[in-house]
Amino acid sequence: MFNLNKNKLTTLLKVQYSNMLEYRVEIALWAISGIIPFFMLNIWTNNNLNESINLSNVMLSRYFLSAFFVRQFSVVWVVFTFEEDALLGKISPYLIQPLNPFFRYLAQHIAEQITRFPFAIIIALIFFLINPESIWIPSLGLFLLSCLSTFFSFLIQFLIQSIIACFCFWTEKASSIERLLFIPTLFLSGLLAPVISFPEYVKSWIYITPFPYLIDFPANMLSGNNTNVISGFVMQIFWISLLLPIFKRIWSLGTKKYTAMGS
Amino acid sequence: MNIKKYIKIYSLFLYTSIASELEYKTNLIIDFITAILSLVGSIFLLTIFFQNTDNIGGWNFEQALVIQGIYTILNGITNTWFNPNLTEIVKHIREGTLDFVLIKPIDSQFFISLKKIAPSGFLEIIIGFVLLFYCISINQININLGFLFLCLTTLFCSIVILYSLWFLISTTTIWFVKTWNATEVLRSFLYIGRFPLSSFSFSLRIFFSIFIPIAFITTIPSEVFIGIAQIWEISFEIIVAGIFFIVSRKFWFFALKYYTSASS
Repeated sequence: MFNLNKNKLTTLLKVQYSNMLEYRVEIALWAISGIIPFFMLNIWTNNNLNESINLSNVMLSRYFLSAFFVRQFSVVWVVFTFEEDALLGKISPYLIQPLNPFFRYLAQHIAEQITRFPFAIIIALIFFLINPESIWIPSLGLFLLSCLSTFFSFLIQFLIQSIIACFCFWTEKASSIERLLFIPTLFLSGLLAPVISFPEYVKSWIYITPFPYLIDFPANMLSGNNTNVISGFVMQIFWISLLLPIFKRIWSLGTKKYTAMGS
Repeated sequence: MNIKKYIKIYSLFLYTSIASELEYKTNLIIDFITAILSLVGSIFLLTIFFQNTDNIGGWNFEQALVIQGIYTILNGITNTWFNPNLTEIVKHIREGTLDFVLIKPIDSQFFISLKKIAPSGFLEIIIGFVLLFYCISINQININLGFLFLCLTTLFCSIVILYSLWFLISTTTIWFVKTWNATEVLRSFLYIGRFPLSSFSFSLRIFFSIFIPIAFITTIPSEVFIGIAQIWEISFEIIVAGIFFIVSRKFWFFALKYYTSASS
């Protein structure tokens, strides 16, 4: 089904990267629009809310900076692109090609992340200029592990959105479902408040859901806060292996259902 | 300006866009659930903040709920009117259809700002008002005519400021073509409006009062609502709203001078 080799992959990435470079300004704006964690940090430290969860100001600022980074490199928008392509009938030529169109979208996302990288670094540098005490260098091992878990977080979100995108075959407007699902992602993933600060009645069930593994888990690891590395990775891999077959199934059902423009 | 004509045209706009939106009924329901969930999420975030403290920036939990109510109403208005219309400007300019707008014997800002409507935002506005009514009882607010008048005035000014911000950013499309993302930046900054301005550090407070007047958009109407607003704040908000509206309108006509239509 996937029919992918190294050659196709590098070509796809190269094409999409040069395409994304043309939209540098836009991507810079996207990067800026992700600075909500810093505003949250300001509320937390300015009102001394972090005393109750035993996180020092410095650790909390590292946490939110890491959350910013994890979010930057795990943003997914495939459902919006797919919806547009489906509505405009662009899916048909993609379907003829001997390659699942979602690889094209995947390459777009990765190319966008590469383009985004310098902007994210600039924002981090500004952050360090304002908060010089929060500068830290994570150990190489933890750094690589958190990169890996950020990539897994990206994959989980990419799969969820791709599944939603496939609903386009039936309803045409699938992006509203994505906006619905974005709300729990926003509040439960740890972007606005670290999961450790959640009340007990939420903490008791949240670790079974995919949400804390999207931002909280990689960000904790990168910032050097306490987290259970092994169970985090196990849960991430569990969710990926659960979502992948669902995506494959719904994709094959959807393409059978698909009627091209004009039919 | 012929007001009767504009009212008639606006009712036609309403009719056509509601008719087309009702084609996607399930979308309406999903958007409604999204609005409720997003309010629940914000209140959840507030409860986290208030777990071990009884005030943030001098506001207690019941007062902070007022801000959530005002924010929800304004967000509903944004989703009903500003978002569907002003993102359309980008499309007009990319595809050259702005020409068709400009040659119409009607005010171009009126046409561009009010052509479309997304009815799902109404539900959000209703939720916001329900929350505000609840806040009246838990904050023991006495309602009288003066209070209602001040509330509506500041809320109206907030809407004007919010609209002008959206319109100013969308107008820059004439030079940059794709400012879809700039409105996204504005959206994420507006998110700060969910919290009282005094809960931020001094430098951010300055930033959110001068560069992006979020302070005026949600904090002042909420202060009026719970009866702690100063007179100078209210009059200042009215002045800022007036300035913003005039600037956005002047800026639109200034930008139109630089508009080279699709083929020239």
